[in-house]
Amino acid sequence: MEKFTKMTAIAVPLDRANVDTDAIIPKQFLKSIKRSGFGPNLFDEWRYQDQGEPGVDNSKRPINPEFVLNLPRYAGAKVLLARDNFGCGSSREHAPWALEDYGIRVIIAPSFADIFYNNCFKNGILPIIISEDLVNRLFRVVEANDGFQLTVDLEQQKITAANSQEDIDISFELDKFRRHCLLEGLDEIALTLEHAQDIRLYEEKQKEVTPWLF
Amino acid sequence: MSRSGVDHEQAEMSIESAICQENSMSAKTLYDKLWDSHVVRENDDGTSLLYIDRQLIHEVTSPQAFEGLRIANRQPWKLSANLATPDHNVPTTDRDKGISDPISKLQVDTLDSNCDHFGITEFKMDDIRQGIVHVVSPEQGATLPGMTLVCGDSHTSTHGAFGTLAFGIGTSEVEHVLATQCLIQKKSKNMLVEVNGQLNTNVTAKDVILAIIGKIGTAGGTGYAIEFAGDAIRSFSMEGRMTLSNMAIEAGARAGMVAVDKTTIDYVKGRPYAPAGDLWQKAVQYWQTFYTDSDAKFDKIITLNAADIKPQVTWGTSPEMTMAIDENIPDPAQETDPVKKEGMIAALKYMGLTADKAISEVSVDVVFIGSCTNSRIEDIRAAAEIAKGRKVSGSIKQALVVPGSGLIKQQAEDEGLDKILLEAGFDWREPGCSMCLAMNADRLDPQERCASTSNRNFEGRQGQGGRTHLVSPAMAAAAAIAGHFVDIQSLNKTV
Repeated sequence: MEKFTKMTAIAVPLDRANVDTDAIIPKQFLKSIKRSGFGPNLFDEWRYQDQGEPGVDNSKRPINPEFVLNLPRYAGAKVLLARDNFGCGSSREHAPWALEDYGIRVIIAPSFADIFYNNCFKNGILPIIISEDLVNRLFRVVEANDGFQLTVDLEQQKITAANSQEDIDISFELDKFRRHCLLEGLDEIALTLEHAQDIRLYEEKQKEVTPWLF
Repeated sequence: MSRSGVDHEQAEMSIESAICQENSMSAKTLYDKLWDSHVVRENDDGTSLLYIDRQLIHEVTSPQAFEGLRIANRQPWKLSANLATPDHNVPTTDRDKGISDPISKLQVDTLDSNCDHFGITEFKMDDIRQGIVHVVSPEQGATLPGMTLVCGDSHTSTHGAFGTLAFGIGTSEVEHVLATQCLIQKKSKNMLVEVNGQLNTNVTAKDVILAIIGKIGTAGGTGYAIEFAGDAIRSFSMEGRMTLSNMAIEAGARAGMVAVDKTTIDYVKGRPYAPAGDLWQKAVQYWQTFYTDSDAKFDKIITLNAADIKPQVTWGTSPEMTMAIDENIPDPAQETDPVKKEGMIAALKYMGLTADKAISEVSVDVVFIGSCTNSRIEDIRAAAEIAKGRKVSGSIKQALVVPGSGLIKQQAEDEGLDKILLEAGFDWREPGCSMCLAMNADRLDPQERCASTSNRNFEGRQGQGGRTHLVSPAMAAAAAIAGHFVDIQSLNKTV
């Protein structure tokens, strides 16, 4: 997994609550047996005017010029500003894979759906929860300033304005273990296997309690 | 804070106060008991390594997990803990011809070859035991009370019906469980949803869970594990309890559960993967401890009066946008919260509906009875009861009934339900996820309106531009007969 330490990038505002994983990556693209290549179909139904199918050359499809990701001023964005309950619905990890493949490394929202939130950390994406007031403020600032960039510093747990007069200095909370894994780009399976002896001891004990499971 | 952490601190106290504390501290919720009995170790940062007894595997969320195992040269930790079946991509017609879509076929073939390679038990497409994972596992007795169960699918909450801690995970975690039989987890908070009293006729588990989601919202359960309790819940069969727990995730809760009782034990008995002989008695004794202690504390309690719940229909693009069949479509102008108001306007536009119109005046194009929410024998019986001696309205383009597994299909045919449904004009299909998420050939065309017994009415869920209304199997069958949404009571009078 790619490390995440500090990043400065354009932020794109997606002003919609309850964005579900079907919207993030529609189901027809879930048929892939790979982890990569989902980026061009991120938010497919909103981004294009026709119906997307796997195997189609996306560069030739008619885009929806009004959709925020298609606005030239947000080209190259790596930070996604979102609303409440972002990532609700399916547990498909294809949702963070699509965001990551597109280039999104940070999502800022007042709340996330649990499974999606969890899946982000497995893919080097930092989901940040801050208050609705602060999210509202970021939406206003981003929309008002062309080319506005945010700096997200995981070590300091801070969001600041990179290239503007706007006085932004937002601290955010994060679980210690998740922060550590993201900063170091750690493989969680290897970490768990360090406790293989504990797992075997637990199994020995359980063979007495629930023998029908062994 | 974990309870064993609390217990550890108590060791320093005087014996008397420790005993006094111990009594109140030892009162646990069902979720606490399930959690505590599966903690392998507690980490310093508040996370725990949680042991997973059972993992269910399907073709969509597993290929990249198996690939990860291969790249890292790892083997599954405990083969017998896994059970696989293809469900999302399988066709519901002409099974003998195989899968025509080459991309769907590759995904199912990949599951087959991965299971063969690693030695994981799989019910392949031509096996009568094949079906939707969340239908197949309980049916086989592979879902047992008191266990932890995961699957790369958010509707894994279904299995909580058995007093099981069951939740959906992503593909990285599927790989993690394959490799270690564990997950690194943080404990959720406890929420109790009580439905007290007796339900009205024609009100099913589906109506109850939609009413609950309508009350607490799709994020109401985020961060919580929900326990469903109260006499109305206790009165449900295991099928009803599965429908209820299935949609806990639509209320934002990764896990929903119901305490173990006689209904649970009776259902499990004699199933292929359930313990038998001497082990059965030992297991029953153990399972009967999985209930919430009377003085246990919940972080949040929601109470509903069963008698207030009417048959539900969703009107919007989120499961919380639900209403009773005798109500009018809500008017965004009446909503004061600006974000909600915008959401309502967008939903009505997408759904092609007008505020204030009676939902019973809205006509339907397609009917879908199936999915991990409502494709079990009881659901098919409910649909057949409505269909018996009636005909699907001429205005309905398609009325699909898709059983949840090959065995349910067979049972329904043994009971003659297929004949009743076919005579009424319904299609009788092969088992799978089908039109719930339209990954196979069953899907809505743009702007087609569907009365669906599935679990999500998101934009495009059943096909791009498709309009989904979530209902119970009886309500879906009634809509097929009437050609529009209809109160089952009035259907009885007029048709």
